[in-house]
Amino acid sequence: MIDLFMPAFIAVVIIFGLIKKVPVFDTFINGAQEGFKTLYSLAPTLVGLIVAVNMLKASGATDLICNAVSPISESLGFPKEIVPMVLLRPISGGGSTALLTGIYKECGPDSFAGLVASVLAGSTETTFYAIAVYFSSVKIKKIRHTLVAALAADFTAAIMAVITVKLLLF
Amino acid sequence: MLNYIFAGMIIISLICSVITGSTQSLAQSIVKGCSESIDLLITMAGMLALWSGIMKIADKGGFTKIIGRLLCPILRLLFKDVKKDSKALKYISMNVSANLLGLGNAATPFGINAVRELKRLNGNDDKASDDMIVFVVMNTASIQIMPTMVGTLRQTYGSLKPFSILPCVWISSACALAVGLTLAKIIRG
Repeated sequence: MIDLFMPAFIAVVIIFGLIKKVPVFDTFINGAQEGFKTLYSLAPTLVGLIVAVNMLKASGATDLICNAVSPISESLGFPKEIVPMVLLRPISGGGSTALLTGIYKECGPDSFAGLVASVLAGSTETTFYAIAVYFSSVKIKKIRHTLVAALAADFTAAIMAVITVKLLLF
Repeated sequence: MLNYIFAGMIIISLICSVITGSTQSLAQSIVKGCSESIDLLITMAGMLALWSGIMKIADKGGFTKIIGRLLCPILRLLFKDVKKDSKALKYISMNVSANLLGLGNAATPFGINAVRELKRLNGNDDKASDDMIVFVVMNTASIQIMPTMVGTLRQTYGSLKPFSILPCVWISSACALAVGLTLAKIIRG
């Protein structure tokens, strides 16, 4: 079923575009170009952060952090590999992407840790960035309880990622 | 923020590797990290371009507008200051539907216009209004029909079913959104 989702989604969008008289191929090219631009702007961040994450791993620092918080993470059912990602996800999109690829490489994208990390990455945003962009764009100085509510949402997503993967995929 | 994180990561790595005696693998990890990051960018380039192209067709065809219109009645319940036909509601609904489609770049300008309108409705106070908090929390809890970036990465690393995570992603973000919105609504101060 879910295998059909991607091709069907693409087909539906294109048929919809044809009905709406959108020049589908020209528009596709246009959008794909934007995709490359995104990639281009992402490149420097990824180089810097993947190197930094690799260094943390090689130095043994990630293991130390993971082991230090393992009593908490274990009681919540988190695989210990995803702990650094839970912590970094709200702060840095590039950083968490670097950690995500590290988990894929180490455990595989279809392992328990890989699946939980995928769900976590897909169901959360770079919270601090979003708050900064929106509030600073209109010069709001007092953000009241925005951060508390947003971080609680992120934490919920992390817990739900573990639960849903356990129930539906593993 | 990221400046400190980046610096912190590197300094901690150095100290840690000296203590644990893994200085050699630390040096290798730098070299490997550089080529790895570029490998990753190259392998994901195709998929990312494809999705950006497909989503652009959806956007041009008016998908964003249609979803936005469908969302209006629900959104009106969440925001107490906005009136039925107000500009704020229009921007909010466009922002949410662009987010749903994973068009982050398109969503941000709508979102900025939305908070601008909300600020005006709040008498240009420099304190965030209840509606603004609801709006920003909604944006921090990513609600996406198709998390293309994660799917692309999964594919790149050899997943057999890159999009098998979709139901989990939907449920998790829905729960996160529910918790975020509830807290945004009930905490006062």
